[in-house]
Amino acid sequence: MDIAAQSIEGGFADPVFNAQTVFRAVMEAMARPGSVQLLPTLARPPAPLSPTAGAVALALCDNDTPLWLDPALHASAAVISWLGFHTGAPLANTPADAHFAFVATPAEMMALDGFSQGTQDYPDRSTTLILQVGDLASGPPLLLEGPGIETSATIAPARMPRHFIEQWKQNAKRFPRGVDIILAAADGIACLPRTTRIKTMEA
Amino acid sequence: MTAQSTDIATYNFAYLDEQTKRMIRRAILKGIAIPGYQVPFASREMPMPYGWGTGGVQVTASIIGPDDVLKVIDQGADDTTNAVSIRAFFKKVANVAVTTETAKATIIQTRHRIPEHPLTAGQVLVYQVPIPEPLRFLEPRETETRKMHALEEYGLMHVKLYEDIAKHGRIATTYAYPVKVEGRYVMDPSPTPKFDNPKMHRSPALQLFGAGREKRIYAVPPFTDVVSLDFEDHPFEIQTFDQPCALCGAENVYLDEVILDDHGGHMFVCSDTDYCEKRREEGHRGHLAPETDLASEKLEPAQ
Repeated sequence: MDIAAQSIEGGFADPVFNAQTVFRAVMEAMARPGSVQLLPTLARPPAPLSPTAGAVALALCDNDTPLWLDPALHASAAVISWLGFHTGAPLANTPADAHFAFVATPAEMMALDGFSQGTQDYPDRSTTLILQVGDLASGPPLLLEGPGIETSATIAPARMPRHFIEQWKQNAKRFPRGVDIILAAADGIACLPRTTRIKTMEA
Repeated sequence: MTAQSTDIATYNFAYLDEQTKRMIRRAILKGIAIPGYQVPFASREMPMPYGWGTGGVQVTASIIGPDDVLKVIDQGADDTTNAVSIRAFFKKVANVAVTTETAKATIIQTRHRIPEHPLTAGQVLVYQVPIPEPLRFLEPRETETRKMHALEEYGLMHVKLYEDIAKHGRIATTYAYPVKVEGRYVMDPSPTPKFDNPKMHRSPALQLFGAGREKRIYAVPPFTDVVSLDFEDHPFEIQTFDQPCALCGAENVYLDEVILDDHGGHMFVCSDTDYCEKRREEGHRGHLAPETDLASEKLEPAQ
């Protein structure tokens, strides 16, 4: 399939209701960190952008939200034109200009503090990261605490960024500034808002 | 009704266009990630005046889906003008199911009360907020209040509460009583009676706040600490009532005073009409309750 056809196909079949379904899943996941919200396949973007990450892009991104793509995604002209056609979102020049950052290979990604952290006055002006993880159960388990979690929650996303626990601690220290993460797995999503603390399981 | 399904085609689902919904949805996600922080958003004009809940309506319109069940209350009542018109609005533009029962609703839009029936996980409480900035009456400049939030400089609010004590011997704020969320942001819980403040603390439901005129959205995720500001020697206290509801006999609920005649006759009844009706259906009777069978005279829910 040529790039023009690839970039036009694979959007939401029902834009209004599919966007609402995806948003509600993201909202629930953000409000209850560690919970996995299942999502059917609603978008079919060109690889290496995953269907789940693509659905999040369609639900949340538009011409007001500059995007940053990691090198794996940026190398794909099909992904860039698909996102351009379906969302109209411009590409950010630097990670710090991005409202949303899509990362296909989190294990190789740059440090979290390279993205926009927001300002102390406007902590909402920060980057939201969408990490494509293999799944949410087979990686090293993360024990989570914080707002949205009654006592504690556990998720085990596979292929997370290097030194993630240490990086996340530093992210929490910057509060109210900091980035939020949407973990996009094949069949669902989970979120790590900046308020979530990862408890290290030391004896 | 077939007429309704054709009516709805003239609007986008839930009235707002998709770009507006995306903008509001992004603001909601930021609000959840930074509990108590007021996220600016590009509030739209709605087909109702400011002060009628344009902020809450925009939040509800952005989150609602065809499977949701909507309840709208105005000072605890399902049958007052504001509640009836907003419920009718969403029936018309989103064709969603509506209810008056707290337990059956997935989204509850509220103007200044939290239902008496405990909320559960999965429910979303949407508040209509007139003035989102708790420091606004102490400092009118937005530039200054923003800096105060940034620096976590909330001394002024404690001075205000202290002045209450100096003047009245107690903290005289009875509604819109300031709270601190997750130990960081001081937040206006909207003009709910302070009676409802403890219900916000570690509530299993997600709480979203929309201020249309002031263009702010903020949120309290489930199981989040919401602490009413107070002093060690003047701890926070909620209102108490020295008599139960005159219709259903409920105690430890928030009561409204209803004037009965022009000779000083009055009664106190539950402000939460759904809660009161449920209790009367279960056979609870207050001292002024009519003896007739409530089930037979029960009216259809207002449209």
